[in-house]
Amino acid sequence: MAETPRLQTPDASPLLLERVASLPGVIRSAMEKDEVVVLATREHLMALMTVLHDDPRFAFAQCMDICGVDWPERAERFDVVYNLLSVALNQRLRVIVTTDERHPVPSVWTVWPAATWWERETWDLFGIAFDGQPDLRRILTDYGFDGHPLRKDFPLTGYVEVRYDEERQQVVHEPVRLTQDFRNFDFLSPWEAMTTLPGDEKARTNRAAEGAP
Amino acid sequence: MTDTEAAATREVEFDGHKLNFGPQHPSAHGVLRLILQLDGEVVERADPHIGLLHRGTEKLIEYKSYIQATPYFDRLDYTSPMSQEHAFALAVEKLLGIEAPERAKWIRTLFSEITRVLNHLLNVTTYALDVGAITPALWGFEEREKLMEFYEAASGARFHANYFRPGGVAKDLPAGLEARIAEWAETFPQFIDDLEQLLTENRIWKQRTVDIGVIDAETALAWGFSGPPLRASGVPWDLRRAQPYEMYERLDFKVPVGRNGDSYDRYLVRVWEIRESVNIIRQCLAQMKPGPVKVQDRKFTPPPRAEMKQSMEALIHHFKLYTEGFHVPAGATYTVVETPKGEFGVYLVADGSNRPYRCKIRATGFAHLQALNLLTKRHMLADCCAIIGSLDVVFGEIDR
Repeated sequence: MAETPRLQTPDASPLLLERVASLPGVIRSAMEKDEVVVLATREHLMALMTVLHDDPRFAFAQCMDICGVDWPERAERFDVVYNLLSVALNQRLRVIVTTDERHPVPSVWTVWPAATWWERETWDLFGIAFDGQPDLRRILTDYGFDGHPLRKDFPLTGYVEVRYDEERQQVVHEPVRLTQDFRNFDFLSPWEAMTTLPGDEKARTNRAAEGAP
Repeated sequence: MTDTEAAATREVEFDGHKLNFGPQHPSAHGVLRLILQLDGEVVERADPHIGLLHRGTEKLIEYKSYIQATPYFDRLDYTSPMSQEHAFALAVEKLLGIEAPERAKWIRTLFSEITRVLNHLLNVTTYALDVGAITPALWGFEEREKLMEFYEAASGARFHANYFRPGGVAKDLPAGLEARIAEWAETFPQFIDDLEQLLTENRIWKQRTVDIGVIDAETALAWGFSGPPLRASGVPWDLRRAQPYEMYERLDFKVPVGRNGDSYDRYLVRVWEIRESVNIIRQCLAQMKPGPVKVQDRKFTPPPRAEMKQSMEALIHHFKLYTEGFHVPAGATYTVVETPKGEFGVYLVADGSNRPYRCKIRATGFAHLQALNLLTKRHMLADCCAIIGSLDVVFGEIDR
């Protein structure tokens, strides 16, 4: 039985923010909701991650999570998000790099072996390739699955459905046939937060024009 | 022929074959498929194939309002439902900038610890079942049933509680429940003693678990371990202590830490955590005071039934909450809680609408299972079961 010291995270964060700002490949660093977030370039990712892991000022011994986020309207549509944890200094850091379908992100599995499965998952669900990852197999989806389901342009219902065919005595894959259309309700309403009503855009432009002169 | 030549041309008899373990194996704790490369009965390589229980939770959540998303968290790790709702509720609260009232925090802390006992009871006893001891499971499930009655009394469901909501908890505890829990907390430690008598010094149990699946602190950190498996390797890291959330700062508890990082230590850490949880439950009950159990802002939490019969405003709020839900301002957060299995995180990205833009679930067991290849290397085939049991994997969570 051992007592762990009571440490407070928020105290360490401003110092961490100051320190990461000068690291190689850091485009932007900021505090978001008490969390330190760093936007980095793909080219310098390996150098950055190695420093974050090895340098005793950072000591990020753990890579807790790697995941993708899809923003289809952007030129580089994917974010790859690394959530790092330092047990020694009790601090967390989020590193974000952007990429698209064609440009692979350098794999960090040599820095943290745990990255392998997270990278496999990101590849599986988003189709983001990781350069230098020797084991880039699919992990969560079915054997022989086609497509990357967490992309925003992948439909919720998917393309293929699976059932057991009694006549053929085997599992068959067929295109999805919905007995009822997928219902996507538009709940957005003028209740709160919404400023422009659908079909009422003119009123807003008029108001703006009146206020403008 | 010289010696070196003889060594170079030596014939090696290699009894290598591949074994398919699972996906329907009782000690695979769900639907784990393991491709084992064996040399005789010794495991050379273990390749876990997961995803057989993949239900697309993260995708589904993107199509649901924040309130509708909460029940999905019960269905991840179905042995510790409320702890996972907790991570989601905290993440949403952080983005909304609201804070649950004090009583709600006490209730959440209380039920997080009840969940910890629930989870560890299941893990320790079925783990014993995996290596051949049947009695602990029979005893443990009876005790679990008592805890599930508390779940049912509070939320109406034994497993899929949907009790922790953004802004507080669904409803206050029913009258008399606190007394019942207090009564249980008095008698339960006797059960842990009985359970330990069956296992802790048991010769067969120790033969099966001591020095099996050893992982040292540094390796455990590199492989993203957290929770009991990390603490069993000697790293005194507990989010409840290191990055306190809810009421843990005001509670007095110990963090059990192992020394050897083997399967036996992982078992010991869990048993001690059960004892500590009972201790925390007692403290929660002593310090809880009556009060509101959810944020008193009707934009985030529904009004009481009685009010809806009288007030038009309340009725509108109720209707809008359960159709449109609330809007969460754009932003992102990675919020973690210490679930019974370890660090469970939710990376939540909001775009200002009433649905999460992205909700990444950081499953604890995912990282632990990844190290299985490392842990089982050069172990006997039968030790695989002991190691899987000691990692406490649940596939609802890993496959998502």
